Amino acid sequence: MVERRRMGQLRRPTSDDIFVIQSGIFASAIIVVLVLTGYVLISGSIPVWSKFGTGFLTGTTWSPVREVFGALPYILGTVVTSLIAIAIGVPLSIGVAIFLSEMAPHAIRGAGSGILGWFVRTGIRILSNGIELLAAVPSVIYGLWGLFVFRFWILDYVETPLSNYLGFVPVFSGAPFGLDILTAGLILAIMIIPTVSAISREVMTAVPLAQREAAYSIGATRWEVIRMSVLGYARSGIFGAAILGLGRAVGETMAVTMVIGNAIGAQALPTSLFRPGQTMSSLIANEFNEADPTSLHPAALIGVGLVLFMFAITINVLAQLLVWRVLKIKGGTVE
Amino acid sequence: MSNQSVREFKDWLAFIIGGACVILAMIPLISILVDVILRGLPALNLEFLTTGPGVIGQPGGGIANSIEGSLILVGLTCLMGVPLGLISGIFLSEFGDNKYGRFIRFLNDVLSEFPSIVVGILAYSFVVLLVGSFSTIAGAIALSIIMMPIVTRATEESLKLVPSTIRDAAAALGIKKWRSTLSVVLSTGRNGVVTGVLLAVARVAGETAPLLLTVLGSQLFFSGLTKPVDALPLRIYRLALLPYASAQQQGWGAALVLIAIVLTLNVGVRLATRGRMSSVRS
Repeated sequence: MVERRRMGQLRRPTSDDIFVIQSGIFASAIIVVLVLTGYVLISGSIPVWSKFGTGFLTGTTWSPVREVFGALPYILGTVVTSLIAIAIGVPLSIGVAIFLSEMAPHAIRGAGSGILGWFVRTGIRILSNGIELLAAVPSVIYGLWGLFVFRFWILDYVETPLSNYLGFVPVFSGAPFGLDILTAGLILAIMIIPTVSAISREVMTAVPLAQREAAYSIGATRWEVIRMSVLGYARSGIFGAAILGLGRAVGETMAVTMVIGNAIGAQALPTSLFRPGQTMSSLIANEFNEADPTSLHPAALIGVGLVLFMFAITINVLAQLLVWRVLKIKGGTVE
Repeated sequence: MSNQSVREFKDWLAFIIGGACVILAMIPLISILVDVILRGLPALNLEFLTTGPGVIGQPGGGIANSIEGSLILVGLTCLMGVPLGLISGIFLSEFGDNKYGRFIRFLNDVLSEFPSIVVGILAYSFVVLLVGSFSTIAGAIALSIIMMPIVTRATEESLKLVPSTIRDAAAALGIKKWRSTLSVVLSTGRNGVVTGVLLAVARVAGETAPLLLTVLGSQLFFSGLTKPVDALPLRIYRLALLPYASAQQQGWGAALVLIAIVLTLNVGVRLATRGRMSSVRS
């Protein structure tokens, strides 16, 4: 009786309610995808964890024939290449973002409306769009270019001089070949520039005008305004952008696979920048198709995928929280 | 030198360094475009675009099966990814101003930056193992998982730009919310949505890593949804790693075709909607 009365009090769902609920269900597809990914990676790699335990994370042997698997060299490979990418790519991206969001608009205004002004405006528009186009180039084409062009730039102009003059330093030891950890890290640096610079720009644009005006009013130069008001205010957002770049570098597969040299086992430990290495994603890309389904090999690769998943989730969640916090302060335009 | 001129010098130096960063960042793009065009053009001819692969290591043969495979994959991906992303985006923009909406939006941002090879493992474990072989449909499912968050975000951003007065006007006419969302709001924000979808298409057309684990690649033309198929990016990868000059040249040729498709979509969309959709990130 009680049940029936309560039913009677509920209003019948209108077509609007149904629409909201249905689209909400569609939106939940994203949760399903993430949960399924976690489930697949955990259940698929259980055999490896039960056989090796944490030894899977610390071992350096990788032998599908003897069924011994240790993922340490690939974890380190991912960490080292991503750190190179961050170290080179982030300062460049911040420079790009500062130039395009803070300096270029001034230059456009200062250049006037004559032929010179037209050149400056067009040039800056091309540069700004060009940086964005870097993000559109498919990763396999970066790989192709890296394999046949970029590799030789690095070999001739970076690695050979470093090896000649600084070869006694352990990280520069070994004969450079061009297909190694350094090249992979540098190609990743190029690939994260559009992401990091776009988000840095977004964050810098979100800095309130009053911040800038306050600095200008005490007679600061343009650079001092950028350094004190803009960078100071946007600091944590830029940090978030850098971490988002890190996430992209960690997950990037094809370009790295094509230039990193694909070493296996202890050979892949990143002891020198000039040695071939292997990242987690390149290992999966290289070996997944050849893995014998009846052996532990696929499970080991899925286990590596699980570690990669953990890396990516942690990094991305952290980055989103940082960027989101900064953009939220502005309110209105971006929630 | 006075303090003032030191400060002005620093200002000038910062400008030069900033400009140098931009130019440095442009070098790879220019080099990629120049190399792909110079090395790819000699490989392009009618036979290359209209026939399947020839004998490995010998000159001759083409990439028609890869182009066909890519078109089929992208088409199937759109069939699955666009509706899902579109409706999720509508939900986030129109009804997403609550805890659930914020949670979904957050996950969406996380997923859109996700390693694509992990998506490949997901599709492999579910579809490839179920179907029993590497298949077109597995590839399309993997790609639609990559496409969905991009479309969702683009839809949300462009619907948010629709002024609320339009929604109010529709409500004042007594139009139901769902009806006004679908026919008034969505059609007002149409341009942004189309932009987002096209950018997402460009993105998945170049995606390679998940395809390695799902469609595998093939020397043959499309022969069914549950059979392996080839795709342009996969073919570029395989050709580049072959030790034959003719194969590598074909790789550059395929890269030229792929980059022409991807950049045409990107540049075209940007030119068509210049200045209006700066908030959509690919």
